[in-house]
Amino acid sequence: MTAPSPAASPAPPARWSGVYPAAARAGKLRRRHAVNAVMAGLVGVAAILATLPLVIVLFYLLKQGVASLQWHFFTNMPKPVGESGGGMANAIVGTLMLIGTASVIGLPVGIGAGLYLAEHRGSRLANTTRFLADVLNGLPSIVMGIFAWQILVRPVGHFSAWAGGVALAAMMIPQVARTTEEIVRTVPVSLREAALALGYAHWRTSLTVVLRTATAGVVTGALVAIARIAGETAPLLFTAFGNQFWSTSLNQPVAALPLQIYTYALSPYDDWHSQAWAGALVLIALILIISLIARVATRGRFATASD
Amino acid sequence: MTATAGPVAPSRPGGSGAPAAALGALVAKQFSFWYGEKQALYGIDLEMRSRSITALIGPSGCGKSTFLRSINRMHDLLPGTRHEGQILLDEADIYRSELDPTSLRRRVGMVFQRWNCFPKSIYDNVAYGPSINASLPRHEMDWIVESSLRRAALWDEVKDRLRQSALGLSGGQQQRLCIARTLANDPEVLLLDEPASALDPIATQKIEELLYELKRELTVVIVTHNLQQAARASDYTAFFYMGRLIEAGPTERMFTAPREERTNSYITGRFG
Repeated sequence: MTAPSPAASPAPPARWSGVYPAAARAGKLRRRHAVNAVMAGLVGVAAILATLPLVIVLFYLLKQGVASLQWHFFTNMPKPVGESGGGMANAIVGTLMLIGTASVIGLPVGIGAGLYLAEHRGSRLANTTRFLADVLNGLPSIVMGIFAWQILVRPVGHFSAWAGGVALAAMMIPQVARTTEEIVRTVPVSLREAALALGYAHWRTSLTVVLRTATAGVVTGALVAIARIAGETAPLLFTAFGNQFWSTSLNQPVAALPLQIYTYALSPYDDWHSQAWAGALVLIALILIISLIARVATRGRFATASD
Repeated sequence: MTATAGPVAPSRPGGSGAPAAALGALVAKQFSFWYGEKQALYGIDLEMRSRSITALIGPSGCGKSTFLRSINRMHDLLPGTRHEGQILLDEADIYRSELDPTSLRRRVGMVFQRWNCFPKSIYDNVAYGPSINASLPRHEMDWIVESSLRRAALWDEVKDRLRQSALGLSGGQQQRLCIARTLANDPEVLLLDEPASALDPIATQKIEELLYELKRELTVVIVTHNLQQAARASDYTAFFYMGRLIEAGPTERMFTAPREERTNSYITGRFG
């Protein structure tokens, strides 16, 4: 590389001012500003449109549901049409039971599978699992319900909370596995190496360093999955089935908020309609509370994993 | 920097009856290494003495880091790697089948180019290695943490904030914390992969002073791109080029009277 001698360098290019008259330049600039403003406006409108459904839903729920949302709604059982003071105590408890069962089964399996996918990303088992998880993720929830009915309801002969929980867990697992995988992959390789170099075995490195560093993300992923299954109705239609009575047995059909909302909303009674609105409001509040609790719990002092 | 001379940690119970001869002597014998089809090291013969610092130098891609990582078997988890020849630690091959790599890595600690403290407290970072053995009594763990931090010349700077996040420390402090974390395992060998290449000159100087202290008890092997660092901080220097060991010897001789033309070209900056 020899530097070009000054004499050989080409003449400096003509200045733009010589090409475009000042008036034309000002016009172009104005046009660019206008285009910029229009595009920014469009994107802003899109952002507002994206949040609009949520705002409308919340507004409607509050408007329609708040009136029925009295204390007895949480403590009383459903009452026959015409009797006032009915509640959804059994459905609230039933939904919590279903979420609990699904989480106990689905989270360990999902997180474990995600860890495997991330740590053994190239292996044949991982590739197969990842593909199947993606297929499962797209599976209609009603199909999950039929599947759970086939293996857990039909052989036993009756509906049960178990079957509902398993159906929901089957929906959680692929989603939790994939989000866990994505999060775990973001843990810097250097942290793994540090633990390995200190004499930790591979599996223990995965559990103590990798998973711990990724905790916040994994919990968030788990919560999104819980929030999603909490409102599922289709898989419960022929598994948990619904129950007008108080039941906390995993072996019996159990009521659930989405099922109750579905039943009440389809009924011809105004009283039940407003109860359905209140039920929907409670369901949303439940999801919100679960999210908030876990957010606070995982905020931890060292949660951020900047490398 | 006068705080280095804390109480020199005596060897932990368990290493009883240590012979007078220093532990941690490393000898590579005809060691070759492959990443899949690609051969990275060709028949390396190199002795790394205990209680001294050996610097591995050479241009990028010459195999010096590969060699360093072979010494504590960090390649084991990479599929498709293989080796021939031996690396002897205290006269026993580290690749012998009955030796578990995790126990080897506790004897042969490693510090990396980019400091990699865990997102935990300073205390927990140091305690991480020893805590692999179920549960040590609290006071013993406190002792290990304090003596390791003292050995890494970090105690005075962090003793009032042991419970704070390690990620709040400066780069140089974090790198010394990584060294303390490694020392907490009470290793015989300390491997360092360009430990100061991302640090400013003052932090670099601290690391070098620290290594000078540590070599009284340990075998120190350091990979460095910084020739001045190799010249001033090491006792022995080994020059790698294209996967081969070109020349090794006492640092002073290597830098003043290299026997190989390629060594001479490299240390005088004509290539690399």
